[in-house]
Amino acid sequence: MEILMIFTSGIIIAVATYLFMTRSILRVVFGVVMLSHGVHLLILTLAGLETGAPPLLTEEAAAYTDPLPQAVILTAIVISFGVSAFLLVLSYRTYKEHDTDDLEELRGNPNE
Amino acid sequence: MNNIILLPVLIPFIAGAVLILFKNHTAAQRIASAAVVLLMLASSIFLIVSVYQNGVLTVELGNWSAPFGIVLVADLFATLMVLLSSIVGVACLFFSFQTLSKEREKFFFYPFYFFLLTGVNGAFLTGDLFNLFVFFEVMLISSYVLIVFGGTKYQLRESYKYVVINIFASGLFLIAIAFIYGLTGTLNMAHIAVQIEQLEQQGVINAAAILLLIVFGMKGALFPLYFWLPKSYYGPPAAIAALFGGLLTKVGIYAIIRTFTLIFVHDIGFTHNIILALAGLTMFFGVLGAVSQFDFKRILSYHIISQVGYMVMGLGLFTPLALAGAIYYIAHHIIVKSALFLFAGATQKITGTTDLKKMSGLLSTHPALAWLFFISAISLAGIPPLSGFFSKFPLILSGIEQGRYVIVAVSLLVGLLTLFSMMKIFIYVFWGGASMEKEDYKHVKLMPLLLPIVPLVALTIGLGLFAEPIFVFSETVADEILEPSIYIDAVLGE
Repeated sequence: MEILMIFTSGIIIAVATYLFMTRSILRVVFGVVMLSHGVHLLILTLAGLETGAPPLLTEEAAAYTDPLPQAVILTAIVISFGVSAFLLVLSYRTYKEHDTDDLEELRGNPNE
Repeated sequence: MNNIILLPVLIPFIAGAVLILFKNHTAAQRIASAAVVLLMLASSIFLIVSVYQNGVLTVELGNWSAPFGIVLVADLFATLMVLLSSIVGVACLFFSFQTLSKEREKFFFYPFYFFLLTGVNGAFLTGDLFNLFVFFEVMLISSYVLIVFGGTKYQLRESYKYVVINIFASGLFLIAIAFIYGLTGTLNMAHIAVQIEQLEQQGVINAAAILLLIVFGMKGALFPLYFWLPKSYYGPPAAIAALFGGLLTKVGIYAIIRTFTLIFVHDIGFTHNIILALAGLTMFFGVLGAVSQFDFKRILSYHIISQVGYMVMGLGLFTPLALAGAIYYIAHHIIVKSALFLFAGATQKITGTTDLKKMSGLLSTHPALAWLFFISAISLAGIPPLSGFFSKFPLILSGIEQGRYVIVAVSLLVGLLTLFSMMKIFIYVFWGGASMEKEDYKHVKLMPLLLPIVPLVALTIGLGLFAEPIFVFSETVADEILEPSIYIDAVLGE
């Protein structure tokens, strides 16, 4: 299962990297979203996909799953949502002001 | 008693949250934010005094004991950084009262200013790697808003890149956290340091270390990763650029120094030599950029890059003397760089431009401004008896003692080129015949502009004149961070 998950998150991060390198503003935003998903999956996988009871102190179980990666991912998801929303608005404003969504045209003057 | 650690984080956070409610009451916002920022300065002075007297303070949030819950740790290094960020926070806030336009003030400038300070102070004080990520994000999201503040075409274009680069770096940071958690099973920095000593696979730790170095190097503008900085710092108003130039890169440098003195000290031959090489390249290419520019703010932005190199050089040499020099340098640089950016803002307010070729002769019309700028400029370049000299001197001395002559030569050359480019600014802006008549400047009152800058210039003179006690203090800080067991014992309570 770990092998499958590692490959999945690797593929997602590869897709994100590809999207980062494209010339369209919106695709870069999608790259940001994909990257955060891939990274969250990686955190879950690297922490170990153990099976066990929920980490509640009252129940008598042989093994408990580690709650920390889930807490970490929950926080990271909230942050990535906020950042993606901000980036979408920023991209829209940039597109409106510059009248282009081509990043090649948004490079700016080399003398600046 | 230990709860005073929370004050520098909580005061700006609560202030920012409350100020959102007073969007249209500019006067009330100004008075409240001035009071809050002074309160923050007082609390950080109180904090550093009590840490100096009592040793490292920690607070466990929600009473979860150390390796499991989140801890905030206040050692001398962290509290020194908090104090510096408060000083810069005060100066830039009072400067923004004079220079920020009314329309911009209404769009939540003060709340995001305080959220930025929350993130910066939190990143300095946290003792938990994931919490460091969270405070980084608090800081970065506020910085995204502040850097696009005003929404000119140029700002939109450059902040898009700034935001995407930083989000990418945050993704890498999470990957590094995942690796470290997978290796050690903990996120508490002191606990990671304990666990990593017992690990046998050194190669994997080095990989995680370099990944973190890339992440923090991107925030701190190290050699191959600095390209975003000059363009994005050019856009926002001077008060914001000064805050960024003084603080944001230093948070990355703080994180590098913290992790590479506490956690990744097992393979110094590998990691710290890479850091040293990066330091040399960073200062060299940064100063080359500065020499090639003809714009006040852009020259200063490139100088941030070159001076980040000096701080990292202190870490790369990794001796008590060099680290003391690096800490001294950070203190000196935060103060001087903010002051210089505020000078850029003041001259922009007076002449209406930051292009060097369009200004001249301010020396005859504004002598006070000119000479104060001159003091800060030569302090940045490292002329005795100002603080720049006494912070570079231990670095170079330590480099010679270690026999690292290449880096010493590079740093001396960079000092010379820094002097050259600062003099270029001085000659173009202040020297020569006045470009405008004295009456043309009458509409700008100089005194309110100078008021926030004068304390910063006084501080840099003070840092130079009282070099002896301050250097002893930074040696104390360096000894503390070179002895990770103090930090670990304080956190894990053994």
